[in-house]
Amino acid sequence: MGSINLRQVRKSFGAVDVIPGVDLDINEGEFVVFVGPSGCGKSTLLRLIAGLEDVTSGSISIDGRDVTHAPPARRGLAMVFQSYALYPHMSVRKNIAFPLKMAGMDEASIEKKVSDAARALNLGDYLDRKPGQLSGGQRQRVAIGRAIVRQPTAFLFDEPLSNLDAALRVNMRLEIGELHRELGATMIYVTHDQVEAMTMADKIVVLQKGRIEQVGAPMDLYRAPANRFVAGFIGSPKMNFIEGHEAARLGAHAVGVRPEHMAVVAPQNSDWRARVTAVERLGADTFLHLRSDSLGAMTARAGGDESFELGSEVGLRPDPARLHRFGPSGETLAA
Amino acid sequence: MARATTTRRKALMTALGWGVAFVIFFPILWTFLTSFKTEAEAVTTPPKFLFFDWTLANYHEVNSRSNYMRFAMNSVIIAFGSTLLGLLVAIPAAWAMAFSPTKRTKDLLMWMLSTKMMPAVGVLIPIYILFRDFRLLDTHFGMVLVMTLINLPIIVWMLYTYFKEIPAPILEAARMDGATLRQEIVDVLAPMAVPGIASTVLLNVILAWNEAFWTLNLTTTKAAPLTAFIASYSSPEGLFWAKLSAASTMAIAPIVLLGWFSQKQLVRGLTFGAVK
Repeated sequence: MGSINLRQVRKSFGAVDVIPGVDLDINEGEFVVFVGPSGCGKSTLLRLIAGLEDVTSGSISIDGRDVTHAPPARRGLAMVFQSYALYPHMSVRKNIAFPLKMAGMDEASIEKKVSDAARALNLGDYLDRKPGQLSGGQRQRVAIGRAIVRQPTAFLFDEPLSNLDAALRVNMRLEIGELHRELGATMIYVTHDQVEAMTMADKIVVLQKGRIEQVGAPMDLYRAPANRFVAGFIGSPKMNFIEGHEAARLGAHAVGVRPEHMAVVAPQNSDWRARVTAVERLGADTFLHLRSDSLGAMTARAGGDESFELGSEVGLRPDPARLHRFGPSGETLAA
Repeated sequence: MARATTTRRKALMTALGWGVAFVIFFPILWTFLTSFKTEAEAVTTPPKFLFFDWTLANYHEVNSRSNYMRFAMNSVIIAFGSTLLGLLVAIPAAWAMAFSPTKRTKDLLMWMLSTKMMPAVGVLIPIYILFRDFRLLDTHFGMVLVMTLINLPIIVWMLYTYFKEIPAPILEAARMDGATLRQEIVDVLAPMAVPGIASTVLLNVILAWNEAFWTLNLTTTKAAPLTAFIASYSSPEGLFWAKLSAASTMAIAPIVLLGWFSQKQLVRGLTFGAVK
């Protein structure tokens, strides 16, 4: 239960094609993350699957059943919104019970399911409070509680953590991952944060301008990006791109190398030299922002204890096995 | 120094504020005072302000000459009936405009409002004839209907602005949770919009209560509200200021009291759309 298939799904608002035509297969029990810059159509795609937007053409099926024109409630999906979208006039208990009430379940079963969900999400003490009296993290938990009680075929998450502070986000990330392992249900998760995508996904779908750029396991995308866009989007800090003479020498329009795949060495030991323009110390790592006339702006990673002076020159030695070569239209060239 | 200036300035502004309020309130006060005078004292020059023989004679007279309660009942039926009917039509309309707008939604709203700018007398004859032919003249149903239609643009506009403030994801969440359209509106939208619906109800009850053009033209006795009650004390037997004042005071008292006790809601209603 929980496979979702999109066939040539297109969405346009007036004359604007937001999704020009997407084919995608999501397998049962998978944790799929839609990732891309803002305006790439990832949220629209999720809303099309949810049924909150109508497709312009194409078809969507869930477990082999065509739901292209089915209303949201008939698709058996649950959604967690960025803004939590809790019912402000209802207590936490009533919020979580709402989908069960709508399904016509009897009071006793509702009560049991609500208290089970509340226990699982540590909301037991807050059942009689209104959403306005809860913190951001608690509200998000209520939203998740509301989604799990109805045992949906799949869960849809629309940037659920972007309103939380950094520490809480890491916690919730782990909790959602745990929930996925416990329930084994299909989950589709939309985010613009590539760290969330890398850490949570079984399968990442990278989108740009409504098109799927690449689909694959996080590490596959990291190791073998299909094009320059995916290469630049996955990985933090961003991959360095070098164009011009140096790229031509390696037989490509552009060459990409991740900061973590370059050794920072003494200038005389390398062909690539650059000047340090900024030093960011993170404790375990030090990120160097560099500039050189032949290579442009670059970022390199060094050990946390190494020290660098602003304006000094360093040498960079890339790992040749981890160089990515791109053609003029951004496509990855075979090694 | 600066402080002294501000204090004096504040005192001046306060006095000015009270002055303006008094000028605005004066006609109501004068009507109230006149209703306790004899007909002779009501027209003396110079007018008597407080020092006259207070009498309840006008109220007795008005009460014995016409049935106040019947007119008041008609006012209640027309004002509340038309507001209720208006809400039944306007809530779905405002919901559609606020949550699934189209390119023409703004135009439609402006067009609805523009009908309020037309002089009512321009359509008096067609409406009168329609009412005559459908036997709606001087009926409660007819008056509720016409008052609903007159105030509908305002009801829709007010609800629209309140609904616009409700975040759309909450309604989408309800849809995902399996709510039908009716449940979405009744269980989620309406409870969240209660303050807005309350001020809409208040403002429309007041507007319908005070409406005089249609009530005077389309009613005679059976469905005549308090506006007709007041009007019956002016012409044709000549003006009786004191009795007219007594009738007016009785007619406006319920609505003034209602307004008084619900000022907070009203202010929000009257300034709708002003901030956002």
